[in-house]
Amino acid sequence: MQKVKFTSIPSIVSLLLLAVLLTFSNNISAQADSTAVAEAATPAAEGVGDAEAGEALFKANCAACHKLYKKAVGPALFEVSKKYDREWLYKWINNSAALIASGDAQAIKIYEEYNKSPMTAFPGLSTTDIDNILAYTDTPKPEPTVATGGGTADTGESGSGVSNNIILGALALVFLLLVVMLVLVNKTLKKIAAANGVVYEEKEKRAPLWRVFAENQFLVMVTSIFLLLSAAYFMYGYFMQVGVDQGYAPVQPIHYSHRIHAGDNQIDCKYCHSSARKSKHSGIPSLNVCMNCHKNISEVSDDTYAMGQEEYGVDYNKEIQKLYKAVGWDAANQAYTGETEPVKWVRIHNLPDFAYFNHSQHVTVAGVDCQTCHGPVEEMEIMEQHSPLTMGWCINCHRETNVNVAGNEYYKEIHEQLSKKYGVDQLTAAQMGGLECGKCHY
Amino acid sequence: MNNMASNKKYWKSVEELDDNSSIVETLKQNEFVEPIPTDDFLGDKETLEASSTTRRDFLKYVGFSTAAASLASCEGPVIKSIPYVVAPDEIVPGVANYYATTMADGFDFANVLVKTREGRPIKIERNDLAKNGGSVNARVHASVLSMYDKNRVQNPLIDGKDATWSDFDAKVAQKMNEMKGKEVVLLTQTFASPSTSKLIKEFTAKYSNVRHVIYDAVSSSEALDAFQNKYGTRALADYDFSKAEVIVSVGADFIGDWQGGGYEAGYAKGRIPKNGKMSKHYQFEANMSLAGANADVRVPVTPTQQLQIVKALTGGSASGLPDNVAAAVAKAKAHLQKAGSRGVVITNLPDVQAQAMVLDYNANGVVMDSTKPKLTAMGNTQEVMKVMNGVVLGTVKGLITVGVDPVYSFPNKKFAEAYKSLEMSLAFSMKPDATASAAKLVAATPHYLESWGDLQLKKGTFSIMQPTIKPLFNTRQFQECLLAWTGQGDVTYYDYLKEFMVGSVLGTSSWNQAVHDGVFESTANVNTDADTTESNSLELESSTSNGALSNASQSGGMELTLYTKTGLGNGSQANNPWLQELPDPITRTTWDNYVTVSKADAEAMGIENFNVADGGLNGSYVNVTVNGVTIENVPALIQPGQAKGSVGLALGYGRKEGLQEEMQTGVNAYQLYSNFKSVQIGVSIEKSSGVHEFACVQLHNTMMGRDIIKETTLEIFNTAKRNHEGEYDWNPIPKVSKDHEEIPVTSPDADLWTSFDRSVGHHFNLSIDLNACTGCGACVVACHAENNVPVVGKAEMRKSRDMHWLRIDRYYSSEGSFEADLEKKENISGLGSSLSEYGEMEDPSANPQVAFQPVMCQHCNHAPCETVCPVAATSHGRQGQNHMAYNRCVGTRYCANNCPYKVRRFNWFLYAENDEFDYHMNNDLGRMVLNPDVVVRSRGVMEKCSMCIQMTQKTILDAKRDGRKVKEGEFKTACSAACETGAIAFGDINAEKSEIHELKENKRMYHLLEAVGTKPNVFYQTKVRNTNEA
Repeated sequence: MQKVKFTSIPSIVSLLLLAVLLTFSNNISAQADSTAVAEAATPAAEGVGDAEAGEALFKANCAACHKLYKKAVGPALFEVSKKYDREWLYKWINNSAALIASGDAQAIKIYEEYNKSPMTAFPGLSTTDIDNILAYTDTPKPEPTVATGGGTADTGESGSGVSNNIILGALALVFLLLVVMLVLVNKTLKKIAAANGVVYEEKEKRAPLWRVFAENQFLVMVTSIFLLLSAAYFMYGYFMQVGVDQGYAPVQPIHYSHRIHAGDNQIDCKYCHSSARKSKHSGIPSLNVCMNCHKNISEVSDDTYAMGQEEYGVDYNKEIQKLYKAVGWDAANQAYTGETEPVKWVRIHNLPDFAYFNHSQHVTVAGVDCQTCHGPVEEMEIMEQHSPLTMGWCINCHRETNVNVAGNEYYKEIHEQLSKKYGVDQLTAAQMGGLECGKCHY
Repeated sequence: MNNMASNKKYWKSVEELDDNSSIVETLKQNEFVEPIPTDDFLGDKETLEASSTTRRDFLKYVGFSTAAASLASCEGPVIKSIPYVVAPDEIVPGVANYYATTMADGFDFANVLVKTREGRPIKIERNDLAKNGGSVNARVHASVLSMYDKNRVQNPLIDGKDATWSDFDAKVAQKMNEMKGKEVVLLTQTFASPSTSKLIKEFTAKYSNVRHVIYDAVSSSEALDAFQNKYGTRALADYDFSKAEVIVSVGADFIGDWQGGGYEAGYAKGRIPKNGKMSKHYQFEANMSLAGANADVRVPVTPTQQLQIVKALTGGSASGLPDNVAAAVAKAKAHLQKAGSRGVVITNLPDVQAQAMVLDYNANGVVMDSTKPKLTAMGNTQEVMKVMNGVVLGTVKGLITVGVDPVYSFPNKKFAEAYKSLEMSLAFSMKPDATASAAKLVAATPHYLESWGDLQLKKGTFSIMQPTIKPLFNTRQFQECLLAWTGQGDVTYYDYLKEFMVGSVLGTSSWNQAVHDGVFESTANVNTDADTTESNSLELESSTSNGALSNASQSGGMELTLYTKTGLGNGSQANNPWLQELPDPITRTTWDNYVTVSKADAEAMGIENFNVADGGLNGSYVNVTVNGVTIENVPALIQPGQAKGSVGLALGYGRKEGLQEEMQTGVNAYQLYSNFKSVQIGVSIEKSSGVHEFACVQLHNTMMGRDIIKETTLEIFNTAKRNHEGEYDWNPIPKVSKDHEEIPVTSPDADLWTSFDRSVGHHFNLSIDLNACTGCGACVVACHAENNVPVVGKAEMRKSRDMHWLRIDRYYSSEGSFEADLEKKENISGLGSSLSEYGEMEDPSANPQVAFQPVMCQHCNHAPCETVCPVAATSHGRQGQNHMAYNRCVGTRYCANNCPYKVRRFNWFLYAENDEFDYHMNNDLGRMVLNPDVVVRSRGVMEKCSMCIQMTQKTILDAKRDGRKVKEGEFKTACSAACETGAIAFGDINAEKSEIHELKENKRMYHLLEAVGTKPNVFYQTKVRNTNEA
């Protein structure tokens, strides 16, 4: 049940008015959006190159090191065509090393400025291609539009929430009025009856129900047995949950979203948790693994950013900055400062010391998907413990799961003999000895 | 009566008797003489009264908070995981890395493989690439724990205060300048390191007043002198006992630490009967040593008699030998002659002449190798004595010590005082030992696992020492310091070493390969300390030492042989609880050293050993006096086999400085090590008062004629035929009676249970060859390291609460031999005879035969422990292992009671993170050695050998991951991997061509207590003794 907050009619009216106003303003800003996009597109069409084709080329060739509005490995490329001579740019892009070698002062200056890391030569790009790219790089940043769009969507949604509340509130009010009216009518009728001398028959007074119940000893006994049993049942259920941290989703020092990485970007789990392939630990990735990508990704896309703000109240860009601080990355100078600060993650999956679990056995040998135990990680904004991680849960899986013997020379002989012994085609992990105490406890 | 009672008046003070006293009146009203300061802890009285919290409320709060706290404790703690910022390429969390390196602490030298986990060294293993790598003995296995010693010196010290290295360098430079023109001695351990030799030469070249002297705490100086006289190099001859047909050792414990040790592998090779042949081993010795225990013929003789025996064996003439000894010597001599070049004589007598005679004799044989001698000891007693006396007399003004602890180990009592008044005292040390705590300057040095280095253990065989962990403390190795002090501070020792090795030794081979392998051969001729030590005093030496021993018979008194124990060696690792708790292989005593005396002498002097009600062994104290130096209250242990008229005492104990209280065990026998000679004559032993409590882990020393260890002779082994039942009489299968009929215990009819089908998959078995097992104890320490076995301390050991998963039982025969024991038992008839004769059989003979038997959980297929566990905490695996689920155990100890082998160990206490104990598991540093794959057991649970299931599981997983079959020899346990002699072999008997499969079919194979019908997965190979004569 939702709480009804609205009590007076004037406030309802004012809110309704506000809602209407907001819906209207939404329409206005949407119109503004389309014009802004149109305006942004026009100069590109008039330029020397095709910005759209340029965008594709840029993403394929340049994006690894360059960004439009921000320094990355290489300089920011927005309006680079206005900074340098176009002919010089052709030469630079086709073969920067040659240009530097030829002693071009401007080229050497850039080379020195960017830590003498030479730019890859792109002899394959024709002048048209380069024109297209430059056209794309001249596209101004379409900043305010998306932000306001997001903003209006926000109010729109909250507006609909308000109207729901209003309807519910109004209904409750109506019911309340009806109840009051009933009581009033009842009272009036009684008054009228009294005035008219109609005798209002009182019902015969019966013993209250609880007393009847209390006096029936059989019923009391049956009920108390029932209550005791159900209490025991729930107590057992409760105590069996002690130490089982299913659903444990602690707040982490960096708000890391598996949804974005494993879900939206479809990064393989084992790209980061690489030791799961060969070790008992899946391993929390070291920060240098994060930097493989985040050296270039210092900000999330605007959509992602907005989503983080709205749904989770998180500023993803700030979280990336936390990573930079921890690993000691100076984004402005594109260099490591050497001042590191290891991240103290909160461990989610805690097996007791006396239970031995090996990731590589399950991941590499058995080919079990990570999700089998860890759940739909690619949908989790905040990582949580999906499975109970109890012994019963382990055993159950060992009983039900067939051993993955395909193409594994180790299993060939033993599987043949054992399956003959048990008279089955496919052995389960349990039949292979996966239920023996000493396999996990030593 | 009642009236009287009530009239009685009790009073607390005289004051009360005075009825008018005001004090009494006041006190009557008050319970306490002085008002209780309630306000102090309850606060202001007014606020307290004004407070709305009543007593009832208070109780409610208490109740609530207790309930809340207990509910909250149901929640698990928050555990943090901190990944690397930049992960090193080679480290995968959870996967072990192995590095080849070399241990060299001046006493133990060995090529080893170090297992590291997440950058922490946790275990030492043998380096299979090393052919001449010295012995990876118990001390080498334990050395990893010495690194995690919380008592290490953590910073350089100037006058006892922590300093920085730059301050320290400045101070040393200043001091060295002050010392110009005065005699300074650089007293070092034997490094056997070519690059260090070069560096020391550079240092002594810069400071010409510095003289380099090598000091081995346990000296082999006489053997070195003899070798140097004959071959020109100060080194020790190497022996390959696998080539020997007859070995005659006169006082040399060559299976122990004799001349650096490392001979057991070759020895054991010749001891396993092959093609009807095995070597014959005669031992003439005073103390019962490991070598003596393994000998075919052991004759107890005093050291002075030993000198005569050496003379007799090497062609001279002996005098003054008792008849029985002379007869034994004659037999040995005849056997030697028969063996010709395959006969070898060795001795440990501290006598140049005796050593020279032995060298001359062996020079004609094939066993000794003088062309590639061992370079692991170079100390020169004469030089060291000059230093010792120089310091005492004040002629030596400065002393720099490296890796040695002269204040502790010099026999001259005046040295310690004189050392303190030296103008310059600089100690390079890892520990705040006696020397370091008296020195004005202490250079904190790293452990060998934190250091770089090169070694030439044998001429032509080089080894590399590489760090396996970043130095734990602010330490700097000696070589690094020398570089800084010779003005090469800009070069690291690594660069210096690499340049030296690449330039002078490696030639065309790769440096990286050398570091990877840890060992390589090279014909390069590099200068070592061995070539540079002066040898001018040799003539003098040979004449004096010989005189001392020859005159002994006239001087009277006892003869003392100082020896080193398997556990502590020369005592440099005294703070290592694994080694302190390692039972001595012979006496089975832990945490102690003691005077060993023969039974006859003990009786003459009234020395007693007896067991008290709880089983603990007690013994008398004696005072030992040598050359006017007396050590008081040394515990005495009656040692079967000790030569009459001789006593033994182990070096290396009695350290006080830099050790936890628990580790300060025993007495310092170095006080008696006068002239650095292991044999002292004219020793007087005098019983003193008091009773010493030993922590001895074996209370029963004989087998009473049972076949716990099966034995036979080479002759029977070679000639006996199978009897009508298809078995050998010397290795029969025990019979049990069923329906009044005798059937073999192995028959299925004798079983209560149906057997599991064990033909599918792996089935692990462990084989222990009693012929090859020398009792060295390396497996025991390896097991500790692999399986996180706790250390319990002396008091607990005495209560038989030792936690060793693997013990090496030692049995003495009560007659002259085990065979005679058996005969005696067979001949017992009637009650009277059985009462007296069984009683006699409990006593070991004066010169018993000895046998060793490693016993761990036998992993019975029909395990008695499994059937009695009320909670099914111990159960059987299909692969043959008897599993133990610690978390399931409730500690009834039924299993231990029902185990016929007594291999289960109960955790009487929590041994980790418990303030009641102070061993490695009780401090953060020491716990770094724990194996993360094995659980640390808690209080109240049973534990036992798991047959290293974590290792077999890993091997299987590796094979699965690679999609291949398990390779032959891939399965290992910690003990089988540690066994130098190959006595312990492990593997899958279902793999038909495996070594273990063959061993199981071997005719020497038997199971321990087979008659019980437990069908163990551990089996033994019958011991064969060579009783053949020439």
